[in-house]
Amino acid sequence: MTDLRIEGLTMGYGPDTTVLHGIDLTVPSGSLAAVLGPSGCGKTSLIRVIAGFLRARAGTVTVGGRTLTGPGTHVPPERRRIGIVPQEGALFPHLSVAANVAFGVTDRATRRQRTEEMLDLVGLAGYGDRMPHELSGGQQQRVALARALAPEPALVLLDEPFNALDSALRAGVRADVRAALHAIGATALLVTHDQQEALSTADIVAVVRDGRIAQCGTPQDVYDHPADPWIAGFVGDAVLLPATVVNGTATTALGTVEIRTPTGATAETPRQGTVLLRPEQLRLSDPGESTPSGSVTDVRYFGHDAMVTVAVDGLDTPVNIRITDHVAPRPGDRIGVRATGQATLHA
Amino acid sequence: MSTLRAPWGLLGPACLAGAFALLPLGYLAVRSMERGPGFAWGVVATEGTGLLLARSLGLAVVVVAACLILGISLAWLTVRTALPGAAVWSVVATVPLAVPSYVAAFAWLSAMPELAGFTGSAIALTLVSYPYVYLPVAAALRGTDPAHEEVSRSLGVGPVRTFLRVTLPQLRPAAAGGALLVALYVLSDFGAVSLMRYDTFTRGIYTSYRASFDRTPAAALSIVLVVMTVLLVAMETRTRGRRGHSRTGTGTARPIVPAPLGRMVIPALAWCAAVVTAAVAFPLGTLGYWLTVGNSGTWDLAGLVNIAGVTLTVAALGAALTTVLALPVGVVAARYRGRVADLLEHAAYAGHALPGITVALAMVFFAVRYAYPLYQELPLLVCAYAVLFLPVAVAATRAAVLQAPPVLEDVARSLGRSPLRVLREVTVPLAAPGVAAGAALTFVVCMKELPATLLLRPTGMDTLATRLWTETGVGSYADAAPYAAVLILLAAVPSYLLGRRT
Repeated sequence: MTDLRIEGLTMGYGPDTTVLHGIDLTVPSGSLAAVLGPSGCGKTSLIRVIAGFLRARAGTVTVGGRTLTGPGTHVPPERRRIGIVPQEGALFPHLSVAANVAFGVTDRATRRQRTEEMLDLVGLAGYGDRMPHELSGGQQQRVALARALAPEPALVLLDEPFNALDSALRAGVRADVRAALHAIGATALLVTHDQQEALSTADIVAVVRDGRIAQCGTPQDVYDHPADPWIAGFVGDAVLLPATVVNGTATTALGTVEIRTPTGATAETPRQGTVLLRPEQLRLSDPGESTPSGSVTDVRYFGHDAMVTVAVDGLDTPVNIRITDHVAPRPGDRIGVRATGQATLHA
Repeated sequence: MSTLRAPWGLLGPACLAGAFALLPLGYLAVRSMERGPGFAWGVVATEGTGLLLARSLGLAVVVVAACLILGISLAWLTVRTALPGAAVWSVVATVPLAVPSYVAAFAWLSAMPELAGFTGSAIALTLVSYPYVYLPVAAALRGTDPAHEEVSRSLGVGPVRTFLRVTLPQLRPAAAGGALLVALYVLSDFGAVSLMRYDTFTRGIYTSYRASFDRTPAAALSIVLVVMTVLLVAMETRTRGRRGHSRTGTGTARPIVPAPLGRMVIPALAWCAAVVTAAVAFPLGTLGYWLTVGNSGTWDLAGLVNIAGVTLTVAALGAALTTVLALPVGVVAARYRGRVADLLEHAAYAGHALPGITVALAMVFFAVRYAYPLYQELPLLVCAYAVLFLPVAVAATRAAVLQAPPVLEDVARSLGRSPLRVLREVTVPLAAPGVAAGAALTFVVCMKELPATLLLRPTGMDTLATRLWTETGVGSYADAAPYAAVLILLAAVPSYLLGRRT
């Protein structure tokens, strides 16, 4: 398997519309990258250009050092060795499961064996004679993955493959797909608008906004160090607080926190800024004279945790606090709130 | 939908098919201008032409008006009211679509010979073509939101005025589209008017062609007829386009609560029964009568079997050629947007605007001049069928391909298949049932075709349609009946199979 390099990729549907503005993205060999963005951000166009179904206006796409899209180069889809797993699987309805998986295997001698290996890999050994409509949605999706992997592609593209599955099934299929991809060391690109899916499945997350890569890093990087408040809010719940920063420490209405990104924050002279915290970084306590406090306005219970909204004295907007305690406060209660851990500074 | 260009292996055959479909039209134009536009104008600009024009248009106006009344009333009764047996009525009301105009004319003429002329033509044509109004109007009635009518009633407007002010305006696009189809049918019809001996444009062209050795007048008259039908097709296309727009965003309408008919139930049932009797029961009854009047002694059983076999053969050849030509055009039209694809689709639909008689004439001219060995030989007739019925097969192919998700083709490409192999291994197998349905439909319309078959058939060859026409023309109704019966039976088999699929 091989690495994917995208440089300066620009694409538009007409002379006046540009959908992708100079995308740069590198996915190392054997890793699973997620392209995360809201609908209409250009992420589907991006994978259609990589797969060769759309032509780029400028920029290059190379897989394992082989240029697929570049100035004067457009390798047709069938010669790219890029497998795709579309939404809802898109199995060929007129072919059996085995024939679907074998579709891309050109070597007749190994076709049968390869098909069985792939079905085994996705946990569907013995399903070869079934027709696609006899499978559940999750099974269809796993056959679609087996079909994409069977010809040993250089790269696998997954276009929101878990969208059509109901939420109970989604986590399981997601884990199976991730395990299958890792088992054979495939380089893969997963397109999704679901931040939970991107963070939990991928090794690398690229956040796309308006046809540009807004941030690219490990899931933890993107969650803990979002490049700007929009990304912070897109990849998770965010608490944004005005702060005075001096010497790497921010003083906020909820107490002092350390600044995680040291650049520009270690100056001795105080400066104003906005710090980002996650709701799970805030702690509730009994109201006291010395701790910041406020009144509870709302409590939303999720089972594994709960989100408490508190109007803190001296803050214009209420803050969200994620608690895992079994005893939740009730709306109207007076309560103390304190920030812990490290925060990200935005100017 | 791929934005890549269609591969040449697909575009080439599609362009050939498009050029093939346009050939007769082009040649007709060239041929009629051969002796100068002055001569052609001299032929056309006569009192006789004016009379033909007036007769054709007059017949079209009367038939369209009658079809609107029958079609809209039946559609409203079957869709919107508590008419007893509404489901059955709605099926029976569409049966006349399967009756060729010359069979209807045979039935009325043999029962009441005094109807020959305008009245008989108008009755026969109305009773076979009102489903063109009924079907789209019924669909529109099913699609419109009954809430509009409820709002109107709640605002104090009575049921009749609600129908006129709220319901009818919403039906206008559907009814207009249907009316244009009926007008097209009437202008192109040859079978009914020729049996009823009513001189319209098509019959005029036929007579002129038969009567004179100089074929330029027939060509010039054909051009006038084609201009009229092209105008109608253009109008029909425009209403269809607008209808599409007004339908978007209607969302899911609530199920319709049928309006109680009350004391009107008896007149409503009587009206439906009268229409269905005249359009379905009467032709079948007449046919049965003439079948019993004749006897096995007068029946030429061997001849009948022979002619049925010939009919099936030419129809099968016509359907095969048409389907093969339609396949690349249908795929390009469904999968590749762009100027070339649009142009191709329009070219393939040329047959829609060409009356059978004009296509046949163009083929005759072309063969006599450039391919004399083909003149009055089977291949020419099969080619005429392909030009005439390419629209039927292209529409079926296009719809079938559109139903196959394009993402499957993308997946096949990504698995290493070239575009042409994707077509063969994925698109065609998925679209096969729809393409086969189109082929069956083409087979049926080829079997019923009359004017082109009359002009282009090899000497001495008869199909069921031509034999029925000849026998009826000389008034030997009992001899004509078996051919009509066999034709209806043979056409009913594929029609029944098609109906069961949908």
